[in-house]
Amino acid sequence: MADYETVIGLEIHVHLSTRTKMFCGCELSFGDEPNVHTCPVCLALPGVLPVPNEQAIRFALMIAAALECDVAERSIFHRKNYFYPDNPKAYQISQYDFPLATEGRLGDVRIHRAHLEEDAAKMIHVGESGRIHGSGASLVDFNRAGTPLVEIVTEPDLRDAAGVRQWAQLLRTTIRQLGVSDVNMEEGSLRVDANVSLRPAGSDELGVKTELKNMNSFRFIERGIEAEVERQRALLDAGETVDQETLHFDPGDGTLTPLRSKEYEHDYRYFPEPDLVPLAPTEEMLREAREALPELPAERQARYREELDLPADAATLLAGDVEAAEYFEAALGAADGADAKTVATWVTGELAGALRQSGSEDGPAASKVEPAALARLVAMVEAGKVSHGSAKQVLATLVAEGGDPDTIVDRDGLGKIGGGGELEAAVEAAIAAEPEAAKEVRAGNPKAIGRIVGAVMKQTQGRADGGEVQALIRERLGA
Amino acid sequence: MAEMLELTALQAGRAIDAGDLAPGEYFDAWREAAAGDELNAYLWRAGDAEGARGVPIAVKDIFCTEGIPTTAGSKILEGYRPPYTATAVRRLQEAGVPLLGKTNMDEFAMGSSNENSAYGPVLNPWDRGRVPGGSSGGSAAAVAGGLAPWAIGTDTGGSIRQPASLCGIVGMKPTYGAISRYGMIAFASSLDQCGPLTRDVSDAALLLQIMEGRDGCDSTSVGIEGGIELPQREDLNGLRFAVPSGLAMDGVEAGVQASFEATLATIEGLGGELGEAPLPHAAHGISAYYVIAPAEASANLARYDGVRYGLREDSEELSEMYESTRAAGFGREVKRRIMLGTYALSSGFYDAYYGQAQKVRTKIAEDLNNAFESYDFVVTPTSPSVAFELGAKTDDPLAMYLNDYFTVPMPLAGTPAISIPSGLAEPDGGGPQIPVGFQIAGPAFGENAILDAAFALEKAIGFEARPDGVG
Repeated sequence: MADYETVIGLEIHVHLSTRTKMFCGCELSFGDEPNVHTCPVCLALPGVLPVPNEQAIRFALMIAAALECDVAERSIFHRKNYFYPDNPKAYQISQYDFPLATEGRLGDVRIHRAHLEEDAAKMIHVGESGRIHGSGASLVDFNRAGTPLVEIVTEPDLRDAAGVRQWAQLLRTTIRQLGVSDVNMEEGSLRVDANVSLRPAGSDELGVKTELKNMNSFRFIERGIEAEVERQRALLDAGETVDQETLHFDPGDGTLTPLRSKEYEHDYRYFPEPDLVPLAPTEEMLREAREALPELPAERQARYREELDLPADAATLLAGDVEAAEYFEAALGAADGADAKTVATWVTGELAGALRQSGSEDGPAASKVEPAALARLVAMVEAGKVSHGSAKQVLATLVAEGGDPDTIVDRDGLGKIGGGGELEAAVEAAIAAEPEAAKEVRAGNPKAIGRIVGAVMKQTQGRADGGEVQALIRERLGA
Repeated sequence: MAEMLELTALQAGRAIDAGDLAPGEYFDAWREAAAGDELNAYLWRAGDAEGARGVPIAVKDIFCTEGIPTTAGSKILEGYRPPYTATAVRRLQEAGVPLLGKTNMDEFAMGSSNENSAYGPVLNPWDRGRVPGGSSGGSAAAVAGGLAPWAIGTDTGGSIRQPASLCGIVGMKPTYGAISRYGMIAFASSLDQCGPLTRDVSDAALLLQIMEGRDGCDSTSVGIEGGIELPQREDLNGLRFAVPSGLAMDGVEAGVQASFEATLATIEGLGGELGEAPLPHAAHGISAYYVIAPAEASANLARYDGVRYGLREDSEELSEMYESTRAAGFGREVKRRIMLGTYALSSGFYDAYYGQAQKVRTKIAEDLNNAFESYDFVVTPTSPSVAFELGAKTDDPLAMYLNDYFTVPMPLAGTPAISIPSGLAEPDGGGPQIPVGFQIAGPAFGENAILDAAFALEKAIGFEARPDGVG
């Protein structure tokens, strides 16, 4: 069997969360009654004209900035012509050979272009499967018609399904942080289509590509691509060729079906949109777009590593999750003098674990644990006021009830055993209870100390600090 | 009664303002006149004039008027009543100009004779065996035929100026972007403009004054900086007029030629200077226009698919419904242009046709701009012929297209031009003495200068003739 390299490029559509549509003043909505957000313009009545939405342009400029794209001094809109009931003008206003943005990058993937366009109406096929085949009628809901979209096309830089999933998640997080879109695949504000081809390993030429559509979750994207790679591999191994076609992913059974409908074989007869003047963003608009960018994952990760000296995996984890990152920074801010690494570890480790254990799906920001409370708890551990083990108990309580650590420690008697002889007494008792272990420790077997430590912990309900206990035991045993 | 119908719109407006003329009575007089329409100029006429306070106007049926049938001369919009009113018409209404009626037109503004209407041809009031010109034939015939005091139409390749010429009235196409296109059913988006059809130049100026201006609903509208002034000029001293040498005169009728030359002499008599401007690419205007306009139209008319409004020829299958609806709803010329336009945009042909036509367009625009460096105006006969007989050119689309020879360069360049009656002449084949038009073209946003020159020339020409039975 030959060795193949998979080559994948993505085409992503992002719904912008502007207040109104791309070319008219209708409000954008999701889930409302059909056809309540329409007007002569988005219904394409005779005589109407499009007027571009300034906010959509600004949002698109922010996306372009976040993806490090070159923004065209002048870009124009084009008409993309085809007949379909979800396309009321029988042309979509889009951008063709003079798009808003080109040549960017996000992570390891180069961005080929990004442009503005309007979305089609939503069609509902009345029948059993909800698919067009076998349906008796089709209904058109124009609420969605005219929604501003940014289409992002990558270079074919991706090499496997898992990589696609990871990168798509990075793109989603990035765009979400810009505040320009909900980028929610289930709701349709993010759509990812993949172009997949195989070529012999080591070859420079691209193989025949197929287009995969309708994968509306990250899991489906990964599965869809894996299925397609297998399908193409099998064809090529059998000496056959891959047909260039569009395949529709069925989430029900995970299969890919070729689409034979006419609208995908179209000559779109693109020509410049005469009703719209060219887009020429000013220096000020470009500057404002750049300045409006929040700190994006790549930057944040770098800052965490360089300024806070966080280890790579903690930095990546936090940078990829804006809510966790903000939580972490809030906690760090509240904990004067606490070590950033320690706070980070508590957020990504202990707190995440405690939340999982409680059965919660929430991230730290959504939990009942206030950042200041976590910070205080970490400080208490560092100051020796509470043992690590007890702190975890406190944390579990915070997750369940909220509140502040000092109160919980006092109420539940979880303070660390320190001076006052309580600890010494416990150590004595433990040594007495484990004479075999004591003997082994004296004999030079350090591992045996564990049983004595365990006994102390049990006795003190974990309120002692493990290190201190060990030191005391050794002292007692003269080891 | 008959006297009040003789007033120009400006005169009538002033009389109303002075309290000398009752607007309601005035409106009724025109309603009655319009009811006597034997020219098939109107597709819809107003009923009562509730609260009319100004000079009523006839509006080409290409303008959307809320709740009032708007057909664009096509069967595919038979019975269609828009839920909104075009900006240009709304501005008129806000200025107190009430709607008198909707006028007949070539279907979707495609034509030069008003023989392409799905609602029958319009007849020329000067000779009912002849065409009034097109596509604003109904508006022109109404004004010339005493059925309306003034009117508005649209001009894409000459559709205001040419019918004005054939009907012996004034017609003007302003600079592209002067008047909003919102609500004006689109034919060719980069060429279409709204404009006045009137009995004299002052009325045309008044209509432009009311309608021009930037509109938030039309991204391509800019208005005219400084606005429009009513013309007052009495001579043409120091103004320079160029005749384009690049435009051949060999297709021009003898009578038209004679009237044109007489008008040039009048210009000189008024102190104007004559010269020549090359306009080397203007002769390719027809070719460029008849690629660009149909291309844009093929996209603009694609929305008439039977799904949301207008005619629907039902079918079990989507493509069949599209095809039956459009086959039944569109006339031959519209279908011809949609096919031409689709072809010109299709993959493999775009560069040779649409792409090339746009380059030629740029050249024509440059030619005109160059001419306006040395001259104030470029002048031509508006139309190569006087009104021709009904049916004379319907079998020869190309012959029909050549009617636009002198009028297409200006929309291609986006520049303004006016047509005023210059006299009467006999057609080449013999016949009655019927109107000839004279075209004055100027640089972009040069409307005031054009109106001024036209005003002075109009006075000197002294064209007073009306069709038999009118006035």
